[in-house]
Amino acid sequence: MSYARGLRCRKCGQEYPVQPLNLCDFCLSPLEVSYDYKAMARALNREKLARGPLSMWRYRDMLPVEGKEVDIGTGFTPLLKADNLGRELGLDQLYIKNDCLNPTYSFKDRPVSVAATKAREFGFDTLACASTGNLAASVAAHAAKANMKAYVFVPAGVEPGKLVGIAIYKPVLMTVNGSYDDVNRLCTELVQRYDWGFININLRPYYAEGSKTLGYEVAEQLGWRAPDCVVAPAASGLLFTRIWKGLDELSMLGLIEPANTHMYLTQAAGSSPIVNAFHAGTLHVHPVEPNTIAQSVAIGNPADGYYALRVARQSGGGACAVTDEELIAGMKLLAQTEGIFAEAAGGVVVGALRKLAASGVIKRNELTVAFVTGAGPKTQEIVSDIVRPLTVQPSLESFEEVLGARA
Amino acid sequence: MAKRQVMFTFPQELVREPIIYNLSHQFKVVTNIRRADVSENRGWVVLELEGEEKEIEQGIAWVTSKGVRVDPVIGDIVEG
Repeated sequence: MSYARGLRCRKCGQEYPVQPLNLCDFCLSPLEVSYDYKAMARALNREKLARGPLSMWRYRDMLPVEGKEVDIGTGFTPLLKADNLGRELGLDQLYIKNDCLNPTYSFKDRPVSVAATKAREFGFDTLACASTGNLAASVAAHAAKANMKAYVFVPAGVEPGKLVGIAIYKPVLMTVNGSYDDVNRLCTELVQRYDWGFININLRPYYAEGSKTLGYEVAEQLGWRAPDCVVAPAASGLLFTRIWKGLDELSMLGLIEPANTHMYLTQAAGSSPIVNAFHAGTLHVHPVEPNTIAQSVAIGNPADGYYALRVARQSGGGACAVTDEELIAGMKLLAQTEGIFAEAAGGVVVGALRKLAASGVIKRNELTVAFVTGAGPKTQEIVSDIVRPLTVQPSLESFEEVLGARA
Repeated sequence: MAKRQVMFTFPQELVREPIIYNLSHQFKVVTNIRRADVSENRGWVVLELEGEEKEIEQGIAWVTSKGVRVDPVIGDIVEG
């Protein structure tokens, strides 16, 4: 039994029963799951949670699911103390939450695992989504595990490496001639015609909840405490708000001390509508046309921008954009100091971390967690210039000659 | 009849134009505003459009051609 009581409009508070629905009928604002936190608090304690499986499903009681979970082994990814990177940036207590290490190599497996579980509960036999790549791979993988059909829609310009990572699970893969925003528009029309579980439309409120587990895990891995600072990427802003929600819920449930975490949101400068709004001092996120190599965070019209802004402001955090050059430098720095090959979004986080530390916004002694949410091999084309091998003949002489020439 | 929930984002130069009025007069589309925030230099309106699929399509194409950004109101996701 879950503690989910229904869906509630985030704007006007209108309530709805648990069903596949994402928008309030009255004001067309997004819906979110509401819980009976009192009952949840009575049932949960640290010891009980710590006895759970070493996956995101150790927090099952805090998620809105009833049936058997669709689980491909997601979560409880490493939280690593990043001493080398910290030394480079001037941060003594820096940690990396390495969510590249999920089954389809991105944090998307968390929300999709929850959404797929709900889809099966609702009786859907088909999962579908609009995606820039990572989500589609995760949806296809979960559909395979759940014996469901999958239809995934991606922009035709998506990196070829990502298509392989989707197609291997054998979904119906559609490339759409247009941008991600165009793909999304198409899917909003399809959802009215086909009785499918659209991960990012009618299943969205449940999908959103999966990302909370990132906040839960970090707090547990730190010995049941919230970090002083969080640095995380934002595309739609949903992940960012859910990391915060995870920490906030833990403190509300009495599992950690009140969370005073400063939340820092990062975007690529070529697609930074939320950062722009933060610096303009407005709560209205004005859409932009994305122009960055960081495809996975290139969303011009972020659905949760308003909520992400509120979290950044209310937590005493901030927002920071980095150029494509800075994010590539960030990817290389992370790999070369900590041995973690992240995708472009990880480069955005490290690039922003560097700026925030250098300007003293994040202080040396603050316990800071940087979220790396997707693995580098998916988009390795963008750093291919780094490959400069030394060519030798298979002889000692040749080896030493080349090495000597190098020195 | 079809329904479509959309968000119009107006640039500064179009804030004073009666775009939504013209949309419902030039096309057989019922416009039903649910939320809005308009200031002197920018604005957005969340509304539901109801009509024949083709009329909605043509109406949206016309609004877009005027320089208004039209997005579906679903909330996308995809940080990746």
